[in-house]
Amino acid sequence: MSDRYIKEKGAAGFFKSLFRHQIFIPIAALLLLAIFNLIVDPSFFKITLGYSSDGYPVLSGNLMTIIDYGSELAILAIGMTLVTAASGGQDISVGAAIAISGSVVLRVLCGTDSRPEVLQAPIIVAFLISCVVAMLFGAFNGTLVAYFKIQPMVATLILFTAGRSIAAWINNNELPIVSDKTFTYFGGFIPGVPIPTPFFIALLCMAVIALALKFTNLGLYVQSVGINEKSSRLNGLNPQMIKFMTYVILGLCVAVAGFIKVSRLSSINYSVIAKDIEMDAILAVALGGNALSGGKFNMTASILGAYVIQFLTTTLYKMEVQSAALSAYKAIVVIALVVLSAPVVREKLTDLWKKITGGKAAKSQA
Amino acid sequence: MREKAVLEMRNIYKTFPGVKALQNVDFTLCEGEIHALMGENGAGKSTLIKVLTGVYQKDSGSVYMKGHGKPILIRSPQEAQKYGISTVYQEISLCPNLSVAENMYIGRGEGALLNWKQMNESAGKILKSLGIAVKPEQQLASCSLAVQQMVAIARAVDMECKVLILDEPTSSLDESEVAKLFKLMRDLKARGVGIIFVTHFLDQVYEVCDKITVLRDGTLVGEYEISDLPRVQLVSKMLGKELDDMADIKGDNSAASEKTNEPPVFEAKGLCSTEGIKPFDFYIRKGEVNGFTGLLGSGRSECVRAIFGADKVTGGQVKMGGKSVKITKPIDAMKQGIAYLAEDRKRDGIVGDLSVRDNIILALQVKTGFFKPFSKAKATEFAEKYIKLLDIKTASVHTPIKSLSGGNQQKVLLARWLLTNPQYLILDEPTRGIDVGTKIDIQKLVLKLASEGMSVTFISSETDEMLRTCSRLVVMRDRKVVGELSGDELTQNMIMATIAGGEEA
Repeated sequence: MSDRYIKEKGAAGFFKSLFRHQIFIPIAALLLLAIFNLIVDPSFFKITLGYSSDGYPVLSGNLMTIIDYGSELAILAIGMTLVTAASGGQDISVGAAIAISGSVVLRVLCGTDSRPEVLQAPIIVAFLISCVVAMLFGAFNGTLVAYFKIQPMVATLILFTAGRSIAAWINNNELPIVSDKTFTYFGGFIPGVPIPTPFFIALLCMAVIALALKFTNLGLYVQSVGINEKSSRLNGLNPQMIKFMTYVILGLCVAVAGFIKVSRLSSINYSVIAKDIEMDAILAVALGGNALSGGKFNMTASILGAYVIQFLTTTLYKMEVQSAALSAYKAIVVIALVVLSAPVVREKLTDLWKKITGGKAAKSQA
Repeated sequence: MREKAVLEMRNIYKTFPGVKALQNVDFTLCEGEIHALMGENGAGKSTLIKVLTGVYQKDSGSVYMKGHGKPILIRSPQEAQKYGISTVYQEISLCPNLSVAENMYIGRGEGALLNWKQMNESAGKILKSLGIAVKPEQQLASCSLAVQQMVAIARAVDMECKVLILDEPTSSLDESEVAKLFKLMRDLKARGVGIIFVTHFLDQVYEVCDKITVLRDGTLVGEYEISDLPRVQLVSKMLGKELDDMADIKGDNSAASEKTNEPPVFEAKGLCSTEGIKPFDFYIRKGEVNGFTGLLGSGRSECVRAIFGADKVTGGQVKMGGKSVKITKPIDAMKQGIAYLAEDRKRDGIVGDLSVRDNIILALQVKTGFFKPFSKAKATEFAEKYIKLLDIKTASVHTPIKSLSGGNQQKVLLARWLLTNPQYLILDEPTRGIDVGTKIDIQKLVLKLASEGMSVTFISSETDEMLRTCSRLVVMRDRKVVGELSGDELTQNMIMATIAGGEEA
């Protein structure tokens, strides 16, 4: 029997396993984008040390923009990956939910006065309350999906439609403005630290999820439910509960991302804040090579996918693509990436590689 | 080409990443012959058929068909159909929401579906000529499984097929349905169709086939006339070793039966569930192997599902080790040390995309709880231990379970439950659709576990197996327990009589 199993060795085997490896896709995309920029304009990668209006050192440049704005997306991608894996569908209400949780932060900070001189509540309290609210909305989505068995996209369509109105209603449709300096740190820079704060927040979130995946059975349970709900139940899992929980976790991610968003502006624009961010978050999951129909997932690949998307957006801005036309260009690149990452195409690529190197390998095997 | 041969495959090779699935395999099918293709799981039967039907491309070798001088090239199932090769798979691949006639003509192009009246008429003619009692207008879903299977065959036959491949067509049929199918097969044989019959049921091979080709580990063992190859020989050819294992198992039986002085491990009174079984009483002693028997649909699975809490339990008391416990969902049962290997391996058992390792540790990881995952090293250690213990054939612990053969998948699931170290193990059809060797392995394992003090409930639709392993049988009819057999009563005749009991009185 043992002679029927052939061990793949040498370079061909290495590349084969590389092609098959999920994380290959976002890394390849990242490299392609980097090479493209290097050829077109190497100054893309320039990082300059400047000084903020308060005289603190601040790094700026395209790469900084990418790790700054890509971080919100990475945080959302964490939650979206879990939701996708467990329920085999996506939450499209993420942008609207960010509007709500951002609105809650401002409401708590400003109290009844929309432009207060001093904060009406500590920032941490505002953040925690927004977390609770966002998780409640996540729980609402989760209940519809897990217990009422509504398709995720349809279930979250409700909040997608109503979310921004709810956000406006929370602040009586006023535009509160926070004048406190500390509040801007979270979406900007902490005095003395030249790297944007969102990146640190994202790192913290990644650490938390990494620890959760290592020291709990989260990964095993979520994947098992996503792949085969029936047998998961017979193995003692509660599939509904697990699906529900992933939506609550995504709610928490939404609260963190929303907090960063309102901190950037110290204010909010209900109809524009985090617009279409859900699509980018879903794309991040897809770019990470995760099946949008659920099941197995790779968290690192999703997070990388988020930064790849931001890399792409920044590259397109750099190419002076008008913001109105941006989505169209993005779509083209995304199509190319998604097609390349499709299993069918990857298999063909592997075969092609085998043919190129195959002659040698076959000889050595014979 | 051999005289009268309708199909010849010569020197077929096929390699998958890591596995040589077929090596230098020959296969010849004559006109008007029913030819059994036998082998254990993973022997290469499915691969050979998929090569023949164009699902896979062979690496090398040639295929000849009668009427084509040169070797033919089959690159897709459509091309195979053009050459007159039709396949009916184990899982019925028709559209249940369409009518019988529509199913027979769908995808045939050239406006076959346009004239409804004509379509129904010609479908009716074919069905009648094949003796299939179904109206062409009837919706397929409303027909029994056997009829659906036969409609699939009728569809294949009408496409002017010269070679008909039946891939485990009988595994979901009951006896009378199988008889109908065999009649149909014989009719087709008389018309000169060559039939390739893949099955795990030895009885059926000897009932209906003319020739047997045996494969083992991807190579050809040989082609035999049915009269030249007695059963024992066939089994030993498939396994590649002389077989007196069957006898071994029988000998052990007496040891398992003397357990009357042990206290019951599990006891149920008036247990019933939402799946419509009548309230039943049941107990099992320490180290005992017992079984539920009855016809398909008699409620044997529903009983054990109620014990495990897999269906919603609606009434009854349950005692574990003499103490009253409440089992409403699987996790409750698992915490009481009960393990349940579900009947439908694909639907209720494996988690397809996960690795062999993750599949093995899954149940124990659920039992240990959310905050106590095993380290990778520990999980691999567990997995490797059971891969060795149960002789699971897998490339590595990381291989996705779905790429294993059926028997090995079943072993992985067994490993999963054994790892939870249960007091009471329920096996619902653990040997369905797997090869003879694994079947014997599993039966031996059951007896070994019982001798070590585990209580086992064993369900199988093959009465032989039950007789070999169980010391007590609960007999069911129409979702009701109708009798209990033990000791000398454990004979084929007695079981049949008890199952049929109602009609006699």
